[in-house]
Amino acid sequence: MSSTSTPYAAQAHARAQAGTRVEAMPTVPASAAIDLPPGVAATDLVWDETIAPGGYASRQIARGSRLRLTDLAGDASVSLLIFNAERPVERLNIADTLKVQWNGYLGQGRLLLSDMGRVLASIVEDEAGTHDAFCGASNQASNARKYGDGFNHGAHPNARDRFSLGVAKFGLGRKDIHPCLNLFKEVRVGQGGETVIEVGPYAPGRQLTLRAEMDLIVVLANCPHVLDPREAYAVTPVRATAWRGPVTPVEDPIRNATPEGLRAFLNVEDYFSR
Amino acid sequence: MAFDPPPLNTIVHDEVVPARAPWLHEVKAGQTLRIVDLEGNQAVDFLVYNARDDAERYSAQDTIAAQKNIFLREGSVLLSNEGAPMMTVTATAVAYHDTIGGACSCESNTLRYGHHTKAQHACVENFLVANAIQGRGKRDMVSNVNWFMNVPVEADGALGIVDGISAPGLYVDLRAEMDVVVVVSNCPQINNPCNGFNPTPVRMIVAR
Repeated sequence: MSSTSTPYAAQAHARAQAGTRVEAMPTVPASAAIDLPPGVAATDLVWDETIAPGGYASRQIARGSRLRLTDLAGDASVSLLIFNAERPVERLNIADTLKVQWNGYLGQGRLLLSDMGRVLASIVEDEAGTHDAFCGASNQASNARKYGDGFNHGAHPNARDRFSLGVAKFGLGRKDIHPCLNLFKEVRVGQGGETVIEVGPYAPGRQLTLRAEMDLIVVLANCPHVLDPREAYAVTPVRATAWRGPVTPVEDPIRNATPEGLRAFLNVEDYFSR
Repeated sequence: MAFDPPPLNTIVHDEVVPARAPWLHEVKAGQTLRIVDLEGNQAVDFLVYNARDDAERYSAQDTIAAQKNIFLREGSVLLSNEGAPMMTVTATAVAYHDTIGGACSCESNTLRYGHHTKAQHACVENFLVANAIQGRGKRDMVSNVNWFMNVPVEADGALGIVDGISAPGLYVDLRAEMDVVVVVSNCPQINNPCNGFNPTPVRMIVAR
C-alpha cells in the first residue's frame, strides 16, 4: 500500500510537508520575516514574499505603507500595475505620470500618478535608477517568439498573462490590465526616438521603496523584459516587503517638490476628506 | 514620407469632425482611414478596439516595444495589447506622431495647469462619451495615439508637448489589419501648443 492510499494516510502525508522552505514563498506571518528594513519593527511588517523568476503576486496595501522591492540576485524584472483599492477603476496612468512630471525616466522622488489626477505612490528610495515606462509587459505572442512558448502553465510565463491572474484574484479582468511600469530594467530614448535597453545583470540587492499615498492593490509580474536581448529566459527572484507607515505629512519634501506633484497630493487629501 | 496624399479607392465615409468633438467609427479589415489635419497642428487623440472583442485594444507600449521606437511614422504598425497588428500607417505627410503623451483629462489638467482648468472640456471626456455608445467605460481607457502632436524626449528624459510639426492639409493614412472600432477625441486642449491654442476641425475619410 502506498503512503497515500487512505484519507488518513494522505492527511499524514500532506501534513508532513509543512515547514518546507523554498526560495520563492511568502513569510506568514509577515512579522516573522528576517532582515527587516532599518528602524522597522517586526510588528509593523504586513507583507514579505519572495516572487519566483516568472512568478507574480498581487496584494492590497494601506495608505502610508511602504513597499520595498529587492532585486535579490541582480536580474529581477518586475512589471507593476497599481489600482486604487477602494475603487479599482482608478489606476496607474503611465502617460499622465510622465507628462505631468515633464520627464520619462522614473526614480527617487518621482510620483506614480493615477488617471484621476492623484498620486498613488511615491518613489521614496531607489538604488537602481534603471526602469522603463515605455515598453510595457511581455505577452504570449512575444514570449512564444523568443522562448517557444509563454504560457502560465509552461516554463516561460509572460507578464501580461501573469497580470491576468494577479488582477483576477481581486475580481478584475483583461480590461483592467493597464499600461505598466517596468522596474529594474532600463529603457532610455535616443535622439531619433529609438528605445535603448539595458538589462544588466546588476549587483545583487538593489532596492526600490514605494510609499502608498492611497489604499492600493499592487500587481507584480517578475518576467524577463519584453526587449531583453538574451536568448535564455533570464530572470531572478524579487523580494517584496511591506510595512505600516504614517500618511505623508504636509511638510514632506517629495510632496512639495514640484507644483504639479503638490496638486496631486492635494487631490489625494481632498479625496480622503469625508 | 509623402506630401501628396495617395489616391483612395471607393470612399465609403467622409465626415468632418468639429473642433472639440468625439467620433466613433468601425473600419473593416483592409479599409483605409485617412485623417486630415484641415487647419494644421490639431491633435487627434485616437484609440482602437478589436470590433469582435473590445478587451483587445491598442497598446502604445506593445507598439513601442515592437518597433523599438517611441514615434509613429510611415510604416508603423499599431499593435494590440495581445501583440496583434490592428492598423498600419501606410502613408503620412508628417514626420512623426506621438503615442506617449496620453489624453488630456479634467483631472490631469488640475495638476498640469491648476484647479481653474477642472471644468474645461478634455479628451478623456470625449473618449468616455464615444465609448459609452458601445457599452465601454473608464476601464477601456488606455494610452492612446496623438496624431499630429509633437512630444520630444531629451537626453535627460525631459519630455513635453511642444509646438507641432504638422500643417494645414497634412494627413495620416491607416489601413485596418482587422475589423476595428476607432474612437477619436478631436482634442479641445487650450493650455498647451498641441492644438496651436486653437482647436480646429479634422476630416475623416474611410475608403475600401
